[in-house]
Amino acid sequence: MLGGGILHGLAVTAKNFVGSFTDPERLVTLGYPEERAPAKENARQFPFLVFDGADPQAGLRCVACQICEKECPPQCILIVKSKTKKPDHLGKPQFFPATFDIDLSVCMSCQICVEVCPFDAIKMDQEFELATNDRFEGLLRHRDQLARPNAHFQKLHPTDAAAIDARRAEELAKAAAAATAAAAAPRKPAPESPPAA
Amino acid sequence: MDAPDQIFVLLKHAVVSWFPTPVQPWISAVLSIGAILAVYPMIFALTTVIERKALGRIQNRPGPNRVGPAGFLQFAADGIKSLTKEDIVPRAADSVVHFLAPLVVVVPPLLALAVLPVGRNMVALDLPETGLLFFLMVGTAVELGVFMAGWSSHNKYSLLGAMRAIAQLLSYELPLLLSTVSVVMLTGSLSLNAIIGHQSEVHAGVLLGWNVFTPWGAAGAVLFFIAALAEANRSPFDLPEAESEIVAGYFTEYSGFKFALFFLGEYLGLFAVSGLGITLFLGGWLPPLTVLSWVPSWLWFFGKLAVLMGIFIWLRGTLPRLRMDQLMRFAWQFLLPMSLINLLVAALWQYSTPWPHLLRWLPAAILFGIPYLLYHRAFLRQHPPRTYRYAS
Repeated sequence: MLGGGILHGLAVTAKNFVGSFTDPERLVTLGYPEERAPAKENARQFPFLVFDGADPQAGLRCVACQICEKECPPQCILIVKSKTKKPDHLGKPQFFPATFDIDLSVCMSCQICVEVCPFDAIKMDQEFELATNDRFEGLLRHRDQLARPNAHFQKLHPTDAAAIDARRAEELAKAAAAATAAAAAPRKPAPESPPAA
Repeated sequence: MDAPDQIFVLLKHAVVSWFPTPVQPWISAVLSIGAILAVYPMIFALTTVIERKALGRIQNRPGPNRVGPAGFLQFAADGIKSLTKEDIVPRAADSVVHFLAPLVVVVPPLLALAVLPVGRNMVALDLPETGLLFFLMVGTAVELGVFMAGWSSHNKYSLLGAMRAIAQLLSYELPLLLSTVSVVMLTGSLSLNAIIGHQSEVHAGVLLGWNVFTPWGAAGAVLFFIAALAEANRSPFDLPEAESEIVAGYFTEYSGFKFALFFLGEYLGLFAVSGLGITLFLGGWLPPLTVLSWVPSWLWFFGKLAVLMGIFIWLRGTLPRLRMDQLMRFAWQFLLPMSLINLLVAALWQYSTPWPHLLRWLPAAILFGIPYLLYHRAFLRQHPPRTYRYAS
């Protein structure tokens, strides 16, 4: 009937109005600063640098290979390679970044730096409350601000972190086995000890 | 009468009696004006918060909930904000008219509210000869303020909004007036107190004779409140300030407290016209049943006002905005003929008094039913049922 659509619409809104009081499932919004939605594992905002152990300086995985700097589409990364070397997790001497700056005002969160890094040294953070009064210095992150422990990475992306940690542990075991084999080889040239596979 | 019913009247008499006799009428007037200036803006403040919360609930979100307990002090925050904002007057604007327009919008609803009886013996200005006429004439003055605002702003959106507002207000003035005429016809008086008194006769021992319980009253109330929504620029008739089309309509160029005054004027107009609807059709401050007459009369008036506001908020949360041609067609092709038919129905009701009660409803049912069916058929011819094709 004429006007029936209006009554139907009124019924729909009345159902929503009453339902929002009786059914908490309907209220999909969150009172943001106090309530937060649980973070999604694949959420990403801006990159950070991973370090192992307790010392961000010694444990930094980055070897300043500068692949990410070259691949970065908006060119927001600046790396200056060190003059000296420091041992990596396998004990091999490697360069490290003397400067590692990311300009968050330029970064477009594309994750290409993470994809290209062969050392699993750069990963995506989930921090998004980055408002600042100073849009130049406040959004320019330096190496020491970017460095986060591996535990942080494990918390944000548990699946990725578990796979990477397993691979690194395997590499470490392989390297240790190779080192013992190398240490044993000159003393015992006999062929009965094949290198650990 | 009993004390709770007359508490405000007695209070006023007590205060007035402290003063010497020559100034007593002035003190009485000041107290009445003060009450109107305090009560209705307070209702306005609460209505804005409740409206925002209810609209939020209709959209499955909590609405404002930060300021004060459950967000109910939001109006205070909004008021402070609008007071402290810069008052911008465009350089090209006609500054005198631009300044006067918000006042012209706010004052008429306040004048109209002054003649509304809100309780037994509670009316600020009793006009026994011309109450309804005064109300309607003062209400028409809002159109002047709206057009002043739109014209003086020197802005195309303001002017478009003002043109829309004038077209809409003039068109809906007619059904509004014609639906009140039937009440005047049957009461035989323009006095709002007399109209309420006419509705106080008891039927069947319990039910009071509200006009809405008669066929012409029920139809008149529906027509009246539709026209009232349009007169008050409420959704779904809020074309003069359609945000998605013409920024904010006639108050585009207003900021700060002048903007707040427009907002206040709009709501005061809505309260005034709803109060008139309550007085004409819903029995004013009368209870519906004789057993409920212990509830204070002013509580009945403001309770009815609250219910009407709730319905208007509900409608606002439900209906989309009309198009300009739909708006005009609805006024001239539906509301106006129907309100003319309503006059006929009212006349038949008046002259069929000796008939049995149910038989008196018959002419009304025929007179409204046939045009309704014709409208339905015309609507279906214009808008045949749509068939939707979906991608498989």
